[in-house]
Amino acid sequence: MSTGILLQLAQTLLAILLAPLLMGWVNQCRAWLQGRSAPPITQPYRTLRKLFNKDAVIAHHASPLFRYAPYMIFACMALAAGIVPTIANDLPFSPAADVIALVGIFALARVFLALAAMDVGTAFGSLGARREMLVSFLAEPALLMVFFTASLISHSTELPTIVETLAHREFAIYPSLAFAAVAFWMISVAENARIPVDNPSTHLELTMIHEAMILEYSARHLALIEWAVALKLFTYSALGIALFLPWGIAAQGNLAALPLALLAMVVKLLLGGALLAFIETISAKVRLFRAPEFLGTAFLLAVLGMLIHFMLEV
Amino acid sequence: MMETLSLLPPEPVQWAWGVVLFWLALGFAALLLQGSQRLLTRLVFPLGALGALAIAGVGIAAMLLPVSTVVLPIGLPDLPFHLRLDALSAFFMVLLGGAAFGVTVYASGYFRSMAAGPLALLAMWYHLFLAGMVTVLLADDAYAFMVAWEVMALSSYFLVTTDHKIPDIRRAGFLYLLIAHVGAVSLLLTFGVLQGGQGDYTFDTMRLAEMTPFWASVAYLLALFGFGAKAGLVPMHVWLPEAHPAAPSPVSALMSGVMLKTAIYGLLRVTFDLLNIQIGWWGTLALALGLITALYGVIFAAVQSDMKRLLAWSSIENIGVIIAAFGLTLIFYTDGKGALAALTLTAMLYHALNHAFFKGLLFVGTGSVLHATGVRHMGYLGGLMRFMPWTAWLTLIGALAIAGLPPLNGFVSEWLLLQAFLLTPGLTQPYLNMVIPVAAAMVALAAALSAYVMVKFYGVVFLGQPRDPALHQAHEASWPERLGMLWLAAGCILLGLFPTQVIVWLEPVVLMLTGQTLPSGSSWLLLTPVSAERASYAPLIFFAVVLGVVLLTVLWARRVYHGRVRRSDPWDCGYPEQNARMQDSAEGFGQPIRQIFEIFMKVERETPDPFSRTPRYHGASLDKIWFILYAPIARVAGWLSEQAGRLQHGRIQWYLIYSFVTLIFLLVFTTR
Repeated sequence: MSTGILLQLAQTLLAILLAPLLMGWVNQCRAWLQGRSAPPITQPYRTLRKLFNKDAVIAHHASPLFRYAPYMIFACMALAAGIVPTIANDLPFSPAADVIALVGIFALARVFLALAAMDVGTAFGSLGARREMLVSFLAEPALLMVFFTASLISHSTELPTIVETLAHREFAIYPSLAFAAVAFWMISVAENARIPVDNPSTHLELTMIHEAMILEYSARHLALIEWAVALKLFTYSALGIALFLPWGIAAQGNLAALPLALLAMVVKLLLGGALLAFIETISAKVRLFRAPEFLGTAFLLAVLGMLIHFMLEV
Repeated sequence: MMETLSLLPPEPVQWAWGVVLFWLALGFAALLLQGSQRLLTRLVFPLGALGALAIAGVGIAAMLLPVSTVVLPIGLPDLPFHLRLDALSAFFMVLLGGAAFGVTVYASGYFRSMAAGPLALLAMWYHLFLAGMVTVLLADDAYAFMVAWEVMALSSYFLVTTDHKIPDIRRAGFLYLLIAHVGAVSLLLTFGVLQGGQGDYTFDTMRLAEMTPFWASVAYLLALFGFGAKAGLVPMHVWLPEAHPAAPSPVSALMSGVMLKTAIYGLLRVTFDLLNIQIGWWGTLALALGLITALYGVIFAAVQSDMKRLLAWSSIENIGVIIAAFGLTLIFYTDGKGALAALTLTAMLYHALNHAFFKGLLFVGTGSVLHATGVRHMGYLGGLMRFMPWTAWLTLIGALAIAGLPPLNGFVSEWLLLQAFLLTPGLTQPYLNMVIPVAAAMVALAAALSAYVMVKFYGVVFLGQPRDPALHQAHEASWPERLGMLWLAAGCILLGLFPTQVIVWLEPVVLMLTGQTLPSGSSWLLLTPVSAERASYAPLIFFAVVLGVVLLTVLWARRVYHGRVRRSDPWDCGYPEQNARMQDSAEGFGQPIRQIFEIFMKVERETPDPFSRTPRYHGASLDKIWFILYAPIARVAGWLSEQAGRLQHGRIQWYLIYSFVTLIFLLVFTTR
């Protein structure tokens, strides 16, 4: 139990500390692919430090909700990062929330961000909040369908059990998971405000979603939100890996497998980040009202995966 | 022996009936106190709240005690009132008492600005309404049930039309009355079928009646229609978004939070208790209707711009979720999966309880806003968090809870329900086990959309800048109002943080209806409704971790860096001109939903001529069902009554001829 708690703390801290690195890696890859000279991989850390050192500028009539929302969002993401198995699988926190509750954590963070965006009462804030909620209400059922497919296979909604079933118990190939994986990719792109649903590097009024919500934030509040965004990307990547490429995650109580698990994780994340950058480079952002089509496709793929599970795998 | 028996405290059912009588007496006293507004708000309502607390207490006790019955010497000559208090009634009494306590405490502050005369009437109807609802739960014969049902319907009609000088409110009240009675007729027929030709209308007889599947199905369909009309099941929902916003806010809170649940109670009572057979397709029907209702309700909630109407539509959504859970319970139950039926029923009851608390809280929250500003249309609100922080923060809890966010209560029931959906592959029916997990996506969609609705509701009303300069004078809610809201908010938090305790407490009801309970694997911390490997959720850990990380991060940022804050104008991408009118309006926030789900709506748009000197904009998203279903019925009814009107000439000779012909006809008919 005590090793479990230590492992849990270590893994969560590691996730929190290393999440900006993944962001840096994706940005670096993107710059290379686009023929720009890349910023160093540690650039996100420098940005965070700069932001933490600045004085926070807050609108006159901003409420306490606005000031505390970034902490709330960061805490939600930290909890999510603690629940998803990244290198080890026996985490004392993971019974606190299964995959459905994980969706709930993301939703909680999102609602706080949207509310905070509306708090100052600028035109862009509410616009961003509205668009974010639009994307999320389409993405959430699709995400649940993906999780349902995985949990129908493993007869559980617990992440450790799912990983245990998929990675260790039997080496079977599930066609349903292929569909679910594609759907999951599309959903994570939307949820993490990446191309083609949103563009993380634009501040163009007509297109931005996530950036519109955080326009009024500065200094440490902005830093926490940026950090939470990095954590979210990391958590989604870890989730995708845990569900679809779980091989390498150390089984329960297998401490010797940890270094290998860490290595496997790093390799998978590097590849995944490069793939994300590649896809972002070759595709263009779609119009906002094409986003429902994009997410509708993801939803249908997830449902298809589930039906295939019933037809082929039961 | 007799001595000791009479010394024993009376049975729970007598306590409950005592509270009913107390409420009736309070209502009568309110009429006598017409002159004193002070006594009405400071004595009658707080006493009524105590009654609600007593009802909740009796309910909690009765959950653990054996069934108690009493026969009252009132009613028809050969059919006195039978009352019975079992676990199912007790659960709904706790729901009623718990929510009504908070709402009534709130009411004692809310009605302080009302003139004494109308207030006395309102207090009378209010307590009559409470008494009627409890009697519905206690009734053990069809006659008592229908009397109580009508008392509930009529008193709530008069409560809805409190502001009867406004034509729209009169119209809403009339629509409510009409549909309530169509439903009541259907219930009357239900009981007629249930008694199975024995001529005895006690529920005990109905329990014993042997039904053929055909007549059982007829009874079930009639009950689904009758109770569905009361609960706001699509397509019988049209009265709800009209009537609930029309009522004063505490009454809206009671109607949405509690009264709708009496219909759920009735449905459970008839289906699981009075009918002795259940058939699988009943559940499929209820599941489909429930899912449609949930989705339909939440879509319309998203396009409303009147805050109370938005909440009323959201009630329709929640009723849809509850009915869907009911349907799934029936499916599992008829398939012989008792344990799964127990899980689904738990989710359903939990959601009903949750909805009483969060919807009550949100409705009374809008009441405080209405008092402070006099505005219901969200387009004239905004920024109220600055002027009424108590109301704003307490309402935030309700909004987060209803949006189904952990660690509050709305999430727990939703989580349980989704778990139940995931277990449907165990069903033996070939197609259902494939289709139902997909149907779970509808529940997820409704939940995600309700988060959208709540961000809209809360963001437009409480956040941002005031859209009207008059809002700067908005005042905070009075103390009793805050206390009422605090109680309801505490309910939302506690029901969210201690799900295992609540589920253990629900066990007698679940056992009574499904004959099984959930596996008792859950520890006090960890909710594991099926097994620990299958699924678990620990809201306390969840809450502690989030709170801990927030505190640590705040401390860390302050310690390592600094906590300096500078105030300035909002940046807004550097646009120089910013005013409150540039924020999203309620219509604007709902626009994506309107665009995506336009097929369900009849959208009215009126844009002015570009050269118009007095431009007028108008937009409304209307309920299509009204135009497809109700408007033709209304036309046919109008036509029929016109035809019938031809009989009336106002001449006495004609009327005498009518009576004569009728008499002759009856004589011929009966002597034949």
